[in-house]
Amino acid sequence: MSNKTPLYDEHVADGGKIVDFAGWEMPINYGSQIEEHNNVRSDAGMFDVSHMTVVDLTGERTREYLRHLLANNVDRLQESGKALYSCMLNERGGVIDDLIVYYIREDFFRMVVNAGTRAKDLAWLEQQSVDYSVTVTERPELAMIAVQGPNARAKTLPLLSDGVREAAAALQPFYGVFDGEWFIARTGYTGEDGFEIVLPAESAADFWGRLRAAGVRPTGLGARDTLRLEAGMNLYGTDMDENVSPLESALAWTVAWEPADRDFIGRRTLEAQRAAGAGRKLVGLVLEDKGVLRNHQLVRAGSGEGEITSGSFSPTLQRAIAFARVPKDTGDRCQVDIRGRLLNARVVKPPFVRNGKAQIEL
Amino acid sequence: MNLSSEANMSNIPVELKYAKSHEWARHNDDGSVTVGISDNAQDQLGDMVYVELPEVGQDVTAEEACAVVESVKAASDVYTPVSGEVVEVNEALGDAPERVNQDAYGAGWLFRIQPSNASELDGLMNGDAYAEFLEDEAH
Repeated sequence: MSNKTPLYDEHVADGGKIVDFAGWEMPINYGSQIEEHNNVRSDAGMFDVSHMTVVDLTGERTREYLRHLLANNVDRLQESGKALYSCMLNERGGVIDDLIVYYIREDFFRMVVNAGTRAKDLAWLEQQSVDYSVTVTERPELAMIAVQGPNARAKTLPLLSDGVREAAAALQPFYGVFDGEWFIARTGYTGEDGFEIVLPAESAADFWGRLRAAGVRPTGLGARDTLRLEAGMNLYGTDMDENVSPLESALAWTVAWEPADRDFIGRRTLEAQRAAGAGRKLVGLVLEDKGVLRNHQLVRAGSGEGEITSGSFSPTLQRAIAFARVPKDTGDRCQVDIRGRLLNARVVKPPFVRNGKAQIEL
Repeated sequence: MNLSSEANMSNIPVELKYAKSHEWARHNDDGSVTVGISDNAQDQLGDMVYVELPEVGQDVTAEEACAVVESVKAASDVYTPVSGEVVEVNEALGDAPERVNQDAYGAGWLFRIQPSNASELDGLMNGDAYAEFLEDEAH
């Protein structure tokens, strides 16, 4: 089965190289992935992220439901429009998905979850909703466009409706605002400033065209992946899944332990892991020898072995970089097995790049 | 090399020979054979960031993987279309792997072989056959 977003024809017209991504026909690039990457770091690029799943959660007890459902604490959301990044865990403390949830009103929260996890996420959300009488409504009639880069906001604001422009310009990072069916949020997955805009599917092609005319360059999933890796952001299914804990995925910062009596799903397992000390950790690597780090390469680190979860060439740093899950006692160096040769890598703390600038020493 | 995407309007010089794994071979006047990857192959793989070449003096057998081209997307083996001894490699790619994208049949060449059995070249496709092969692969 293959799905197309409302922007599919635009991608073909823009010369996009179409590949299957989680059952969706998506552009991996429109020519040079490296040029698209660099353009987001220096100017502004746009991504079709309509394949992602928008879910509206409604009902008087929605906050209570989310307090139980998510490892991060929705009580951190007190102002309308505020966003929170969280993992949704199973009872074993494994990650069902990572997501962003926006607080709109006490009886209305909006969630954006991944495309590849859509069916199981919806089933889990439904299953958990019963006790709280929360209504789970998927919004497939909505499209989503991310505009990212140092010039992204300046190029986007003139194209928004007169009614919302001022409010959108005043958004702080990790806040969003409604404009009718449109929802404009100052969020992203690149380590740059910008917006993620949810809008009706029938308006998507027109808005995409107006962004292009304003000098925002179409950017494919290939650059999206290298940008998020440089920004130190995990990718679900690659860097973590149902069999690993957020504590072993560099996501401990997203687990809200306090208040201690908040009984979120997976809490007991995570507490046991915390007490025992997790066996592994997710770290950043920079390759010092020549070569390219790739997913699943074996890492010799600390007292044992580990594995690269996401590896690529960093266009900004001009080095191979990666995330790797390694033994807890790993120090500041390790070796990576690339086609039978052990190459030297340095262990670093992501992000590698933020707002166009290297965050690690080269 | 494994390529699965659509064939585009590739540049396919008629004087070269082509392998199904998307390498090209040029039979030089001195008897040696220069090898690279086709324009279609570089286009499918995308921006090159690293090239691993064989050793000069290494003996290779036809269809053996003896080089690796790595784009931002993926690493792909390059198979030698002919057997023989590697007599020269394109050292310039060490600092400028993007030459494979910019000039696949010229500055982006990979290695040169003194063939032990030049008749192996006869088993490769000519330009027209390769163009047809790309067509078929796309459907």
